[in-house]
Amino acid sequence: MSSIIEYIRQSQIWRSVFRHPAPYDRRNRAVVVLTNFFLHLHPVSVKKGGIALSYTWCMGGVTFFLFLVEALTGVLLMFYYRPTLEWAFTDIRALRDVTTLGIMREIHRWGAHAMVITVWLHMYRVFLTGSYKPPREFNWVIGVLLLVLTLLLSFTGYLLPWDQLAIWAITVGSNMARATPFLGHEGPGFQLLNVGGYDLITNASDARFLLLGARTVGEETLNRFYIMHCVAIPIVVSLLIAIHFWRVRKDGGISQPL
Amino acid sequence: MNHHPDLTVGVIQGLGWLYLLLGVANAFWAARSLRRDGYFGQTFEKITGFEHIPKAFVWAGYSALLMMVAFAHLATHSDAADFMIRLPEWFKDSVDMVVANPISYFVFSMTLFILIVLLRNWWVEPTVAWSLLNLSVLFLCLSMTDYDFRQIVGKPDNVPIVAMLYLVAFFTWLYFYKCRENDARLEQGLQPAEKELGESVLVWPDLVYSEMICMLLIAAILILWGVALPAPLEEPASAVKTPNPSKAPWYFLGLQEMLVYFDPWMAGVVLPTVILGGLMAIPYIDFNKVGNGYYVFNKRKFAVITFLFGFLPLWVGMIVLGTFIRGPNWNMFGLYEYWDVHKLEVLNNVNLSDKFWLDFMHQPLPRPDSSAPFLTQLGVILQREWLGLVVIVGYFVAVPPLLALTVFRKFFARMGFLRFMVMANLFLFMFSLPLKMALRWSLNLKYIVAIPEFFFNI
Ligand code: HEM
Repeated sequence: MSSIIEYIRQSQIWRSVFRHPAPYDRRNRAVVVLTNFFLHLHPVSVKKGGIALSYTWCMGGVTFFLFLVEALTGVLLMFYYRPTLEWAFTDIRALRDVTTLGIMREIHRWGAHAMVITVWLHMYRVFLTGSYKPPREFNWVIGVLLLVLTLLLSFTGYLLPWDQLAIWAITVGSNMARATPFLGHEGPGFQLLNVGGYDLITNASDARFLLLGARTVGEETLNRFYIMHCVAIPIVVSLLIAIHFWRVRKDGGISQPL
Repeated sequence: MNHHPDLTVGVIQGLGWLYLLLGVANAFWAARSLRRDGYFGQTFEKITGFEHIPKAFVWAGYSALLMMVAFAHLATHSDAADFMIRLPEWFKDSVDMVVANPISYFVFSMTLFILIVLLRNWWVEPTVAWSLLNLSVLFLCLSMTDYDFRQIVGKPDNVPIVAMLYLVAFFTWLYFYKCRENDARLEQGLQPAEKELGESVLVWPDLVYSEMICMLLIAAILILWGVALPAPLEEPASAVKTPNPSKAPWYFLGLQEMLVYFDPWMAGVVLPTVILGGLMAIPYIDFNKVGNGYYVFNKRKFAVITFLFGFLPLWVGMIVLGTFIRGPNWNMFGLYEYWDVHKLEVLNNVNLSDKFWLDFMHQPLPRPDSSAPFLTQLGVILQREWLGLVVIVGYFVAVPPLLALTVFRKFFARMGFLRFMVMANLFLFMFSLPLKMALRWSLNLKYIVAIPEFFFNI
């Protein structure tokens, strides 16, 4: 058995993929991290205290993993789901009733809840270890942006099943936008944006309308939220996560006592 | 009146498994206790006459008891309505009394928060923390025998919130537990404990393997969770059937709760913006260099207490309130109370300008004439609301310098003008919520400044 594995590992194919022998000795263990695309996010060596589970709680890593799970299950869901008034609800119901192994919706939903929680906990530990202090101030700011986007991802996804829970939660949530100062048609000061006696800000042109694409949560909203949820926000989040990780390394790795 | 079917056999058996789990966990705890906790002292020997009794016996006995309770649950096939192991009514009533009232809820959560901080070195003691965990699980299990409690807490979308509560509690414990050691070390001029793990290790295998185990674990949990708990799907969306209550997604319920005390432009736009801006500002206003890269409490008291205050009683506490306690018409309901749509709560809140003109000056409110020119109207409105405007402007303009001259003198000296002003204003925003709550409860105050003409109510 082990000779078969050894044979595979020595083969040209294996070596063309991994570019170096198996990580048995110290040198190759360093090389594997340096030369592998996925592993090169890491440094070659780290301080023991920095990766102690009781120190990082692994919450940043878990959040990232959950993001990947969401991406994967999200793509699976997109195979089955059409964001139209006619189909949205029935597609989701069919997913439950008809689809074999139709558990990806569960995993996607619980994973989203879990991701919100783990982002909070990650932030909690970063705060409690004082890891936002110089030189990591800016990475904390990027983190706050990631926090907002995580919540928005969850929020936009909430609408897609198009059931009672969905539209009313989004209605309650987006009603706030109507009260945006200056830019909402029930916000303080909107009357000031007015040209020749005509209000520029009405219920068909204010911040809420921008968010919903209509005066109330409807098909335009479904479309808008679908695109935000499946395309726009994930792209931005991926970019920010990349910067976030890059900064973790440039700022000197996971924080440790000096 | 009985609004609902009572216990079912399914629920009882589910609880049986939970008790069994708790019993097994406590058996392990008894084993740990046998190794670490030693024996009962002399007083115990004198009173009981037994000698050399390990403390672990208590845990073993408790564990055995739990297992018996578990079997009692699992063996039930008879009439569920007669099942005896449930929460006593007087307990439910007293919990409901505390919980279903904004004042006592807030006082309760603040007291809890203060105790968590003050008694930190006591409750992080593993035996104490374990006992508290046991109490909370027992509370949960027993409460599940109540129909109304099950309706709310057992909702699939609310299960993560219960999980979050345990996680937050656990990590808060972990934090204070590590701080106890580090605080003592720093006191003696030693390095924090994290420093002792300063040696370098290779990422492969040390980090890569633990990441892998972590991923497998999380994947397993998600799959189990997905199999056990179907995602909710209610009736198809209908723009005419408004559910009562209509709730935002659970992670926004803290914000929705603020709507009780503030208008949407404050609760939904200004305050969230301030929260996010404030979070981003933290690294730039915290000038304390101590505690970078390790857990410590004593040398960062101010920063940590502020953050914990915002996160625990305000953010998490209000999510709990919004999820489990706010019911139809946004009224507050006890954990064991039926969500009655017709529950009435008297609301007669008044504005500061009403109080000033009607109660104090004994004359009607100045009323802008809607046909008058804009500036004249504005003048009348300002006259009507002058007191509230002075209060608000004073709050944001006069309080920061006062703070700088008194309690925060040292901070001001070290932070400089701009940093200090940012921090002080963030504080004022944070405390505007508890202040507004207190004003509402004590004076029935609705708005300090009420200018509905311009949607400008504070
Ligand atoms: C999608 C969300 C996020 C992901 C995937 C993520 C991921 C990570 C990971 C993997 C690390 C390495 C250390 C660790 O695991 O703890 C890290 C570090 C860090 N994160 Fe995040 N994070 C996210 C959100 C946030 C948020 C919300 C904050 C704070 C507001 C934040 C602030 C930081 C900081 C300051 C560090 C450096 C900590 C140190 O060096 O000890 N991140 N992040």
